[in-house]
Amino acid sequence: MAERLLDVTELEVSFQTEDGLVRAVDDVSFTLDRGEVLAIVGESGSGKSVTVMTLMGLTRSPNSRFGGSAKLSDTELTTASEQELQRIRGKEIAMIFQDPISSLSPVHRIGDQIVEQIRAHEKISKPAALDRAVELMERVGIPRARDRVRAYPHEFSGGMRQRAMIAMALSLSPSVLIADEPTTALDVTIQAQILEEVKQLRGGDSGVLFVTHDLGVVADIADRVIVMYGGRVVEQGTLDEIFYDPQHPYTWGLLGSITRMDRDPPKRLPAIPGVPPSLVNPPEGCHFRPRCPHAFERCGEVPPLQGRIPEAPEHLDRCWLDLSEKREKREVNGRIGLVRDTVVA
Amino acid sequence: MARFLVRRTLSAVALLFAVSVVVFGIFEIIPSYNPARAIAGRNANAATVQEVAHKFGLDKPVYAQYANTMKLIFSGEIIDYQNDLNVVDQFRQRFPATLSLVIPAAILWMLAAIVLGSISALKAGKFADRALMVLAILGVSIPIFLLAAVLLYLLAFKTTIFPNTGYVAIGDSPSQWAYHLILPWFCIAVLSVGFYSRVLRSNLLDMVNQDFVRTARAKGLSQRKVFRRHVLRNSLMPIITMFGLDFATLIGGAALVTEAVFNIPGIGQYEAQAIGNLDVPPILVGAMFTGFFVVLFGAVADIVYALLDPRVRLTG
Repeated sequence: MAERLLDVTELEVSFQTEDGLVRAVDDVSFTLDRGEVLAIVGESGSGKSVTVMTLMGLTRSPNSRFGGSAKLSDTELTTASEQELQRIRGKEIAMIFQDPISSLSPVHRIGDQIVEQIRAHEKISKPAALDRAVELMERVGIPRARDRVRAYPHEFSGGMRQRAMIAMALSLSPSVLIADEPTTALDVTIQAQILEEVKQLRGGDSGVLFVTHDLGVVADIADRVIVMYGGRVVEQGTLDEIFYDPQHPYTWGLLGSITRMDRDPPKRLPAIPGVPPSLVNPPEGCHFRPRCPHAFERCGEVPPLQGRIPEAPEHLDRCWLDLSEKREKREVNGRIGLVRDTVVA
Repeated sequence: MARFLVRRTLSAVALLFAVSVVVFGIFEIIPSYNPARAIAGRNANAATVQEVAHKFGLDKPVYAQYANTMKLIFSGEIIDYQNDLNVVDQFRQRFPATLSLVIPAAILWMLAAIVLGSISALKAGKFADRALMVLAILGVSIPIFLLAAVLLYLLAFKTTIFPNTGYVAIGDSPSQWAYHLILPWFCIAVLSVGFYSRVLRSNLLDMVNQDFVRTARAKGLSQRKVFRRHVLRNSLMPIITMFGLDFATLIGGAALVTEAVFNIPGIGQYEAQAIGNLDVPPILVGAMFTGFFVVLFGAVADIVYALLDPRVRLTG
């Protein structure tokens, strides 16, 4: 078995706000092994970004509360001191952010920003660190890197900036790389190139946590998938399990809202009815219940995240429906979906 | 860069022309204004006033008077009405005192504003922040003549910690120079520190939530480095433009209340007297002098801004 890098158990993150306590992450558990790409999927506000930022201590504030545990080998991340976190950040766990335009300091040279990270963790001279920065930039496909270390972020295109961010994140060969929607702000061709860079890490020394709401991207790069909804993990499994045998109605809804090139186009794009739950005042029981056409009495009780398929015990979900009911109800118009869509006649 | 300098020079010329016309024009429409009478003296008869007016060209049409005055200013021969002194010489002699007052005061207020603004932002909402907020409002709202008078009363009259007004040139005795100027520096700085530190505080608080600050933290930098290199560095820009203009007006003589109260023989003191006596030549030269520095330091601020922020290009 591959070496375990991250072990997150029953993680809870809540924020005290003027409107009340926001339970952004509620009982989230997962693991990450060396060499694998784990995708965290969910809509905005599902808690996926908060989960990964908590691993780096970036959600700490006077108003935030943490529960459960998140371990990086033997270090407990939720209670680690600021000094410990500084040592871990960038070196053990590195992060690529969503918007490469605003995520780089506008007044510092690209090379200097990479050097800054290297020198925060290693005693190395500036010229030596700069040489490393050039190598890293070449590795992520930035042409003429020797000249371009001296460029400022505004002189780079969005894709180049994201490459620079990746170079920065990889500069100290972190064991965990967190990518928080790294391709959302980029156009499709650049997106494919960036994903190629991430895929290079598969099977290597790092484990990758890839946060996204784009199932197309997930299908492209993930080994395993976590589906989050309303601050909770609703389903977890391998890529094939999630795409071909999804157990949770929310996952059906996500899969059903993808348009397919090989079918007749629907009149309307199928969408999940309703709106995401309020995290200040969440619905009792299953968070998806108000939007779920298959809800019944038992859904007022929170379903535990557990393996419900005898032959696939690692495939976990939070839905009270029977396995056979699930397999029957998820069939909509000959494919997986949550609600019936109207097909063009 | 060359284009920038040319454009700024042209705008300086245009500004100085506009300032001089406006200031000159103001005196033409003041009803009781009669420089010939002022020059001739309190007891002069009508004939003498007439003679003086003719001698100074004050009986000519306005545009001719304006042209004549400009000629005198640029040839350095302009004489004030009140004391018969050469105005340009006066400015030259008094400039060092004004610089002695303004430059250290400006350094003091910038440093204090950065320190206090940073403390305020780091302790936002806490006691230190609120206390500094009250002090800032006090600093901005206390009239400088009141602050100066109170300080002189307490520190130079009741106790004799500081000298009771006066000025010593830096060339004569650097220690006495500083000793005499500490209170005036403080008075000028207090006024600006309040405002600058509040502006910096709000810039800093905006900056703290920027994505690149999160990136800096995610790199594993210490909190101090994140703050200094990323947050503070990116927050200083707006203040620099403000500083250029405030510094320019002070150098141009806007510290006149402070100079008057502390009896510092600078440009401001000279202008305060001139304004009291409706003495046009010093007022006109003073306004143009200030205008010149506003353009100059506006350009300097823009150049510094461009050096600090690579996204900014210098255009007219």
